[in-house]
Amino acid sequence: MLEADNLECVRGERRLFAGLGFKLEAGELLYLQGKNGAGKTSLLRMLIGLLPPENGEIRWKGQSIKSDEFRADLCYLGHLNAIKEELTPLENLLAAARLADEDLSEDDAIDALEQVGLAGREDLACKYLSQGQKRRVALARLVKEKRPLWILDEPFVALDVAAVDWLAGIISGHLQRGGLAVMTTHQLVSIPAGTVRELRLS
Amino acid sequence: MLKIITAVIGRDLKLAMRRQADIVSALFFFVIVVSLFPLGVGPEPDLLRKLAPGVLWVAALLATMLSLPRLFADDHRDGTLEQLALAPHPLGLVVTGKVIAHWLVSGLPLALIAPVLGIQFDLSADALLVLTFAILIGTPALSGIGAIGAALTLGLRGGGVLLSLLVLPLYIPVLIFGAGAVDATVTGLGGEGHLSLLAALTFASLGFAPWASAAALKIALE
Amino acid sequence: MKDRFNLYRFASPATFYPFAGTLIPYFVAVSVVFGLAGLWLGMLVAPTDFQQGEGYRIIFIHVPASWMSMFIYLVMAGWAAIGLAFNTRLSGMMAQALAPTGALMAFLSLLTGALWGKPMWGAWWVWDARLTSELILLFLYIGYMALTAAIDDPRRADKAGGLLLLVGVVNIPIIYFSVKWWNTLHQGSSVNLAKSSMATTMLWGMLLMAMCFWMYSIAVALMRVRTIMLERERHTDWVKAELLGKAGEEK
Repeated sequence: MLEADNLECVRGERRLFAGLGFKLEAGELLYLQGKNGAGKTSLLRMLIGLLPPENGEIRWKGQSIKSDEFRADLCYLGHLNAIKEELTPLENLLAAARLADEDLSEDDAIDALEQVGLAGREDLACKYLSQGQKRRVALARLVKEKRPLWILDEPFVALDVAAVDWLAGIISGHLQRGGLAVMTTHQLVSIPAGTVRELRLS
Repeated sequence: MLKIITAVIGRDLKLAMRRQADIVSALFFFVIVVSLFPLGVGPEPDLLRKLAPGVLWVAALLATMLSLPRLFADDHRDGTLEQLALAPHPLGLVVTGKVIAHWLVSGLPLALIAPVLGIQFDLSADALLVLTFAILIGTPALSGIGAIGAALTLGLRGGGVLLSLLVLPLYIPVLIFGAGAVDATVTGLGGEGHLSLLAALTFASLGFAPWASAAALKIALE
Repeated sequence: MKDRFNLYRFASPATFYPFAGTLIPYFVAVSVVFGLAGLWLGMLVAPTDFQQGEGYRIIFIHVPASWMSMFIYLVMAGWAAIGLAFNTRLSGMMAQALAPTGALMAFLSLLTGALWGKPMWGAWWVWDARLTSELILLFLYIGYMALTAAIDDPRRADKAGGLLLLVGVVNIPIIYFSVKWWNTLHQGSSVNLAKSSMATTMLWGMLLMAMCFWMYSIAVALMRVRTIMLERERHTDWVKAELLGKAGEEK
């Protein structure tokens, strides 16, 4: 499904990695590991198509990722929350879904917010929420997410133990439905899934 | 296609409504700058009538510049811009929506208040009408061209000043035809020719600018 | 396939750097020859204008500088288009190397225009359509240089600058047309050089000076692009070898 071939990344004057390749099939999870500055985030940005690789190619379902179809299959969660402070959690979820051309009913959105523990806060502007709560609003997108490829940049950061377990469950459910996931993380969280691959950047 | 544009407009307008202070301060900037001119050049009605088109238009350009740096900066800072770039439709459509929303909260209010300021400059009823109409159809071009500058300077040091440096020279045709329309009405030549050229500029820039801005945004996001 | 390979090889800084180095002296020499010939024709051979006296001879600087300022912007836009389409590293460097020369030409054109204008029109500055357009062109050059200087990452600077150049090139005809329109509405006839009959020697003088400026621009741009290459590629082996070689020669 997702293939990367002979990728090379140069940032500024440094070559972060070269000759990197992997293959990921349905139901598989890829952990990216490496020290700070090893190029984990750069690799993720290449995989979502925002950063063109210096060399090499990335293919999704055999096609180059430079197409609208690829982006229709992609769900990306960066280290920024991508939520608007002025909007309420509910408005944020609905607006994000509309802009990404996804169908999300209001009931589904409320349900998702309840699952991340924000019941009763749906109508409070996000600027009044704590950092952890804002992160949960961002993660709530994943609850109803049906797109097959998830690319997650440090999804477990700033979450408490219960939330980490909950998120691991969400990702594992996604994999069991035949989805793919690529993620970077510092803390090793065990995610019950068919195949877990690891890629260490050094 | 229309769906995504309306979705962007809807979201941006909602955000703007929750932060009305920005709209109001740009509008007052316009009012203050225009009101300063009679204090600088003296209150003779003949002189003011002659200056009015140029003064109002230059002030409108500057007032538009004020709100441009934030056109993409807020979305860039909180990560929303990445999500917009990853949505399964061309980024140019998203930018089109943002440009229209920007015009609704910056250009449209200027057009609505311009006749009031025109009275301060002793403009005739005809000239006031043409002035309002010219600002109404000329400011979308300002939002469009400005979006290119905003995208090119996204996240740079001193972005606001740099943005004016890039964008103001490109605003010159709009200024010439916009002020020219009012001027031609004042002198009795009729401003229709100017107005149709102004409309042509707006259509051309609304067609072209969002795609150039989208290309600039992709460069900025790399 | 082989041609393509060669083109890419030629466009790589490591091969272009020495190549440019060998070309520079020739361009400088040709520029000096054209310059001397042009000045001789313009200053000594061309007849004194019976209306404008000797002062008109400044057009042998003014007109070629105006031509070059516009031409260089087009060349920069051409490099920008190549750079954005084929992602070649050389294009952005060439555009950046040309910009200061283009801005200099625009400035020179304005300066000589003002010097010429004082005896001709009795004012240092008149809002003549050509002078105004030249001024706007200078603003566009300054905008380009400010943008590329503000971006730290050279790749992004090249791409963003290139995009700005393309936007500028699309806009220049519109700006020029609008300024002309504005000028005809607000002013009577301005003195137009094309109307006055131009002696053949004058035309030749201007052409020779234009060739001189052209060759000068190429030489200076090549010098500047070599500096940009050294700076950007300072961590690569070929630059280290180049600099070590230089140091060795000096010893």
